[in-house]
Amino acid sequence: MTELLIGTKKGLFALAGHAGSPFEVTARAFAGDPVEYAVRDPRSGRIFASVTSPFYGPKLWYTEESAEEWIQAEGLELPAGGDVALERIWTVVPGVDDGTVYAGGDPGVLFVSRDGGSTFELNRALWEQPSRDRWQPGAGGLCLHSIVTWPGEPDRLALAISAAGVWLTEDGGESWTRGNEGLVPRYLPEDAPDDEIALCVHRLRRAPTRPERIFMQFHGGVYRSDDAGATWTSIADGLPSDFGFPLAVDPADPDSAYVIPLAADVDRVTPDGRVRVYETRDGGASWTARGEGLPSEDAYLTVLRGAMDQAGSGASLELYFGATSGDVYGSGDAGATWFEVAKPLPPIFSVSAAA
Amino acid sequence: MPLVCLRGPLKRLAGDRAEHSIDGGSVGELLEELERTHPATSGWILDERGVLRQHINVFVNGELCAQETPVGADDRVDVLPALSGGR
Repeated sequence: MTELLIGTKKGLFALAGHAGSPFEVTARAFAGDPVEYAVRDPRSGRIFASVTSPFYGPKLWYTEESAEEWIQAEGLELPAGGDVALERIWTVVPGVDDGTVYAGGDPGVLFVSRDGGSTFELNRALWEQPSRDRWQPGAGGLCLHSIVTWPGEPDRLALAISAAGVWLTEDGGESWTRGNEGLVPRYLPEDAPDDEIALCVHRLRRAPTRPERIFMQFHGGVYRSDDAGATWTSIADGLPSDFGFPLAVDPADPDSAYVIPLAADVDRVTPDGRVRVYETRDGGASWTARGEGLPSEDAYLTVLRGAMDQAGSGASLELYFGATSGDVYGSGDAGATWFEVAKPLPPIFSVSAAA
Repeated sequence: MPLVCLRGPLKRLAGDRAEHSIDGGSVGELLEELERTHPATSGWILDERGVLRQHINVFVNGELCAQETPVGADDRVDVLPALSGGR
């Protein structure tokens, strides 16, 4: 049985089923409110849901099991009396150490919990970065959307902020360095001075069996790093477009990555009305279109950065993605064939999967 | 003392009580005191800057008011989600 937690513009939907057949909607929570992201921590079983009430502001909630009794997590706020407020919580990521949970939000902030996600504290080293006053938001805000942990190394993290690039720590967040060498922002003039700040990263994923390897979907570019995020090499050749948002990997294969190209930054839909996922099994040297079972004409979908996830690994790798149209698709055979997971939901912001 | 009236989730967070007699000379002071007496409301009406959230409306005796609006002992203050916040 696979569980999907789907964050939508109108609440959280929990779905359950077996890959290859339609899933059942098992619960809905936060009806009417935008749910940016939801995930189950496999260590504790807790489900987290990031909810941005247009009235009452961003809140992070958790439930132990039922998806009915939700408790508000504490501490997800910026320093009182300042001139900036928390706008949104983009992601929640279980850490490596027991009890550690991370949350990333707008304006480019990281929160850390050491008690399983009940209470959080702002990471001050990132908050107090001297360059922060020059960080610029992307279209979705100044969002810290990707937090990639390092298996077995709790102090090593990579973060990505749109549009303030990649940030790396090897001391548990006491200090941060940039990891942007090799990224080429086409949205800046060619003769612009090198800019280490205005870098619009859309998504990061680490290859867990080769953790120094990280894949990136950039705002116009797909990249791979083999040195833990310090430098990046373009791997976009062979894709119909290098623009897109989400990214997935097969945890068993460090040479694997999946992306969903969109036509362009000025036309954020699947190219030519065809929905296709692109897979590499050689670290980005080549890409193969995977579209069997997906709409092949007149389908202009937008898939956001948090709206694709994987469960399992190897030949039984399951992949799921949702679109702002509300459509949800899945694959139970590592992308070879696809099926419709559910009837359309409200516009989908995020999908997380657990087998 | 002014009477602060809450509905929906705000009422629930404030001890499941709709009406609260609170001492204060302005809308902002009343809301800050509400947070002190009912900490679960913190961050729901005022953000961490202490600013009234964009899509929360406050009415004093039926008139839409600002955070700085003075209130008197006999005033009724309604805190409501704004029409503008619906999407």
